[in-house]
Amino acid sequence: MKKSGFKFLVVLAVSIWLTPFASFAEVISADSAFQSFPPMPIIVTVSDMPNDPGGALIVEWSIPDADSLTLASMNVYQISRSSNPDSEFESITSLVAGSTRYEDSGLEDGKNYYYRIIAFDNDNRLAEGTGGPGVPSGQWFNTGRIPILIMVVLFATTAIGFIVSAKKGYKFYVRPIAGIRAVDDAIGRATEMGRPILYVPGLGTASEVATIAAFTILGRVARKVAEYNTRVIVPNYDPVVMAVCQEVVKGAYTAAGKPDMYDANDVYFVTQDQFPYTAAVNGVMLRQKPATNFYMGMFYAESLVLAETGFISGSIQIAGTDQLVQIPFFVSVCDFVLMGEELYAASAYLSQEPQQLGTLKAQDWGKVLVVVLIIVGMIFSTFGWESFAAWFDVG
Amino acid sequence: MTPQEWGLYEYIFNGVAALLTLCIFSFLYKDNPFYKFAERLVAGVATGYFTMLLFWTNFMDKVYDPLKAGQWWYIFPAVLGVMMWTRFSKKWAWVSRYSIAFYIGIGSGVSITVYLYTYLFKQLQATIGFPITMDIAGLNQFLVIIAVLSALVYFFFSTPHKGALGFVSKIGIYVIMICFGAGFGLTVMGRVALLVNRVIFLKGYLIQLFGG
Repeated sequence: MKKSGFKFLVVLAVSIWLTPFASFAEVISADSAFQSFPPMPIIVTVSDMPNDPGGALIVEWSIPDADSLTLASMNVYQISRSSNPDSEFESITSLVAGSTRYEDSGLEDGKNYYYRIIAFDNDNRLAEGTGGPGVPSGQWFNTGRIPILIMVVLFATTAIGFIVSAKKGYKFYVRPIAGIRAVDDAIGRATEMGRPILYVPGLGTASEVATIAAFTILGRVARKVAEYNTRVIVPNYDPVVMAVCQEVVKGAYTAAGKPDMYDANDVYFVTQDQFPYTAAVNGVMLRQKPATNFYMGMFYAESLVLAETGFISGSIQIAGTDQLVQIPFFVSVCDFVLMGEELYAASAYLSQEPQQLGTLKAQDWGKVLVVVLIIVGMIFSTFGWESFAAWFDVG
Repeated sequence: MTPQEWGLYEYIFNGVAALLTLCIFSFLYKDNPFYKFAERLVAGVATGYFTMLLFWTNFMDKVYDPLKAGQWWYIFPAVLGVMMWTRFSKKWAWVSRYSIAFYIGIGSGVSITVYLYTYLFKQLQATIGFPITMDIAGLNQFLVIIAVLSALVYFFFSTPHKGALGFVSKIGIYVIMICFGAGFGLTVMGRVALLVNRVIFLKGYLIQLFGG
C-alpha cells in the first residue's frame, strides 16, 4: 500500500508539473492546425448605395464559420476591388477587426465591380471571400427625405393660400418693429444734414434669402432717397449683387419719377475679398461722411469693424442680418437692429407686396406647427416613444 | 522656414507685411494717407487676385475644359454668363436680367430643402430627442424647450405681442440676448487671439531685424 501510495504521489506530482507544458503543447498544435487549414469563406455582398447621386457601392461581409475565438484573432480586413473577378484585384483599403461594412465611392455608374475581402491575424490569411458584381447608379429621388417634401408641400400650399388672399385685398397685420419704423426717420435725417446714405448689402450672394430681403429694403430706401433729393451709395462685394442693386435703385428712382437722378457710379463693385472690402467701405464712411448707414444682408467677421467705424463717424446705423453670430456686434454698436427673421418681416412690411406678406403669414403658421411638434415630441420622448423624434432624422 | 534661415527676400516681404499692418493699425488714430494707401493697395491686389482665381477655377475648369472635352451642354451656363456682359450697353442691358433671374431662382430653389434640413429638421430632432427627467440633464432639457418655444414666439409677426403672448415673447427676447451675450464673448476672444497673433508677428520681425 505504501509503495502504491508513493507511486500515486509521484505520478500526481509529475502530472501537475507537466500540466503547463501540456496546455502549451495544445496551443502550439492548435496554431499549427490553423496554418494547415485553408482560409474560411467570407460571404461578401455588394449593393448600390441607396438615395445617392451615384458612384458609390456598399460592401458588406460576414464569416459564418468563424467562432468568437477566431473572430477575436483577426486584426485587419484587407479590401480589394476589380472590374473582373478573374483578373487581379487592386487593394483599396484596410479596415480594423470587427468591421462588417465598407462604403466605396468615386466609382463609375453602370460598371460592374467585384470586391475581395481577406481577414488577417498578424501574418496569416484566416478568411477570404469575393462578392459582386455591384453596379453603382444614382437615384432621382431621396426617399429618406420624404418628411422634407411633406413639409415643403405643406408650407408652399399655406403660403400660396395666403398670397392669394393678400392679392384679393385681405390686409395682414404685421407687428411694428422699431428698426422698420426708423428707416424713414434715418432717410429724413440724411436729407436734413445734406449728407448721403450708405447702404451695405453684405457679403452674401444674390440667391441668399437675407440678400433678397436686402434688395427689397434697398428699393424702399432708394425710392425715399429719390423723393427727398438725396443720394444713396451702395458699395458691393459680389458682382451679381451689384447688378441687382443697380436694377433696384434705378427702378426706385424711375418709380419716384426721377430717373435722371440715378447715377450708376453710386452703386459699384469694390472687391470680392472680405477685409479689403471692409477697409474700402470704412474709407467711404470716413471720407463721404454718410448721415445714415444701412447694413442689410449676410455679414461675417467684418460686421463689428464696419459698425464701429460708422459709430466713430457719427452716422445713425440700422442693421439687419440673419447671421446669428454677428447680431450681437450690431446690437452693441448700431441704433436699430433687425434680428434674423425681422429682416424678412421688414422686407414684407416695407414693400407691402402680397407675395411677401402672404409668405410672412405662412411662416408664422409654420412656427405654430413647430411649437406643436416640439410639445408633442417632448411628451413622446419623456414617455420613451423615440420613434417620433426619429422621424426628423432625414439623413 | 525659421527666422534664422531668413534671406534678403524674407526680410523685404516680411517688412512690407509689417509696414502694411502698421498702416492699417494707424486707422485707430484717424483716417490718414498711410491707411488710404494700405486700403487701396489691399483692395486692388484682392481684386486682381480674385479675377485670376475665378478665371482658373471657374472659366477654365467649368467652361473651357468641359467644352474642349465635348461636353457641349456647358454652353448654356456659358451663354448665361456672357449675357451678363450686356450690362455694358444701355440698349441691351435688359438681357442680363434673364441671367440674374436664372441665378437667383436656382439658388433659392436649391436652398429651400437645405434650409429645411439644416434649420428645421436637425434643430427639431436635437430639441425633442431627449426626455425630461428628474435630474440635472432633465432640467437642462426642460430649459432648452422653454427657451426654444419662447424665442419662437418672439418671432411671431402677424399677432400683437400682448397678454400671455407678450409675456412669453419677453422671455424669448431675454433668451435671445443671453445667447447673443455668450456669442459676443466667444467671438471677442477669437478676435483678441487674432490681434495677439499679429502683435507677435510684429515683435518677431523687430527682434529678427534688430536682435533682442
